[in-house]
Amino acid sequence: MSDFISTTVPKFTSVFVAIAIFFAIIAALFAIAGRVDGKKSRPVALTIFLAPALVLLLAGLVIPAIRTIVFSFMNPDSNGWVGLANYSWMARDPGVRVIMVNTILWIIVVPLFTAALALLLAVMLDRIKRESIPKSLLFMPMAISFVGASIIFKFVYEYREPGQVQIGLLSSIVHFLGGTPQNWMLSKPLNTFLLMIIYIWTQMGFGMVILSAAIKAVPADIVEASALDGASGWRLFRNITFPMVKSTFIVVLATGVVGALKVFDIVRTMTGGNFSTNVLANEMYSQVFVQFDQGKGSALAVVLFLLVTPILIYNIRSLRKERTYA
Amino acid sequence: MSAKVATPNPSRKLFSSRFAAIVVWTITVIWTIPTVGLFVTSFKSDKDILGQAWWVSLLHPHFTLANYRGVFLGNGTQSLSNGVLPYFINSIVITLPATIFPVVIATMAAYALAWIKFRGSEFLFFSIFALQVVPLQMSLVPLLLLFTGGAHIGHIAIFPALGIAGKFAGIWVPHTMFALPLAIYLLHNFIASLPRDLMEAAHVDGANHFKVFRMIVLPLAIPGIAALAIFQFLWVWNDLLVALTFASGTEEVAPINSKLASLVGQYGSGYTSLSAGAFITISIPLVVFFSLQRYFVRGLLAGSVK
Repeated sequence: MSDFISTTVPKFTSVFVAIAIFFAIIAALFAIAGRVDGKKSRPVALTIFLAPALVLLLAGLVIPAIRTIVFSFMNPDSNGWVGLANYSWMARDPGVRVIMVNTILWIIVVPLFTAALALLLAVMLDRIKRESIPKSLLFMPMAISFVGASIIFKFVYEYREPGQVQIGLLSSIVHFLGGTPQNWMLSKPLNTFLLMIIYIWTQMGFGMVILSAAIKAVPADIVEASALDGASGWRLFRNITFPMVKSTFIVVLATGVVGALKVFDIVRTMTGGNFSTNVLANEMYSQVFVQFDQGKGSALAVVLFLLVTPILIYNIRSLRKERTYA
Repeated sequence: MSAKVATPNPSRKLFSSRFAAIVVWTITVIWTIPTVGLFVTSFKSDKDILGQAWWVSLLHPHFTLANYRGVFLGNGTQSLSNGVLPYFINSIVITLPATIFPVVIATMAAYALAWIKFRGSEFLFFSIFALQVVPLQMSLVPLLLLFTGGAHIGHIAIFPALGIAGKFAGIWVPHTMFALPLAIYLLHNFIASLPRDLMEAAHVDGANHFKVFRMIVLPLAIPGIAALAIFQFLWVWNDLLVALTFASGTEEVAPINSKLASLVGQYGSGYTSLSAGAFITISIPLVVFFSLQRYFVRGLLAGSVK
């Protein structure tokens, strides 16, 4: 116990010292820079407000990203050039092909399914009383880490040999329906879809909440006017409601694609990338930190980046449009 | 106009409200069952977990707190000799500064981008916005190298080796860096929408930018800042990638989420420690989520729906 105290107290001290120093520096900068008058006051203020963020963004994201691109043309230790070798390895290696196929499956299935289910629930929630309880229960998994969610589903997907009690929900349901439970994590290609369910389980609530807000924001008079014109039911949804929430729906889809691309924790926790379930983000991590090949790992990261570029361009375009209207 | 109140929204005729309620509640139950399963399992003895499905155990309750005691304080097994308590504390130690630092820095930057116009401010804002989707994987390796070896051009050090790799600061800093694009974007939306007259009046009264920031922007931006802080808190607490990369897996610095991930891979740690450990890990985010849900939702909406 005293051992525990002697290691814990310094940890908390370091937190308080760090936070105190952080605020002391900011207070000092504000106090000094606040005294500058006249012509120089604007550039000084600009520097103080903006420089910390810019330095951190440059050192933490921009420069490292450029270096990763450079590393992708180098050997495992990043001290000699290898040209396109890391990229041609990706094109040739059969293992990487499986990874690419899985990653593409993830970025197609997960966003579509998540967004469709989120929209369905958002529309239905608009229709019921006391929506706040189901809403917050459906949203809750978002607070759970992917590792935690994976463990929750490890128990759902648990499989025991025939003759033993099936303690996993999935095996029990299959058994109840007259099927034969199997070792789910080993059954290709089902296992990849079972992993996707974990992701969808955690992220669907996000889409549901923002779509639900968008549906509530559809002006009532527009809906009423078209109802007077005779539109109702499915036609009303297709012609009025959906077009009004389309931009939000696309946000949900895009968030899903970006998230599904980066998925790493679930695959690592559930299968370690084995049994043909591996994806880009997990392979990138294992190349760098298990195989110690910075070249191949960096090349995989660059591919990951290339895959998000269309979304990046789309996002910038729509932000631009929005800003010119504003 | 009173007819408006009486007329039900016609789009609602797509299906009856009873049908909607059945669908919503069915999905809600399906969505909640896995978590309930883990919760029930975490109170069962090792023998019971394997011998009886958790929903059967509900009918024959025989629960124990031993799993939690063992996981928290150590159960003598190799993987959990001291329990998860030190890792739990590490998570708090990591999460507090990794939430406060980026939120403060982002608030300052968002103010500058929104209210101190300069040439290129638009371009800068778009660039920061674009950085949001750049995968973290793009910067892990070079950033780790920067922390351990610094940066050199030839033999001249342009950036010192910080020597913070494997220490708490070595986790705070990357979390702060990675959080900034989204944080600046969200807060910019919020701060840019504050009333212009208020700012102008303050400047006319002789207040400089620092005073305006402290006296007007900070108090008015509190809801936005709170939403972002909750978001960032959950992100850091639940993170695995940054923790694995920048914290060694040791009791000294590793957070509980990465300890939990390592328990999965180890044989013999058993279902008892896994279920109880998982529940301990997700308990804090769940408490934060349920108690501050309203702010959290508001933050999400500010970021995604205009």
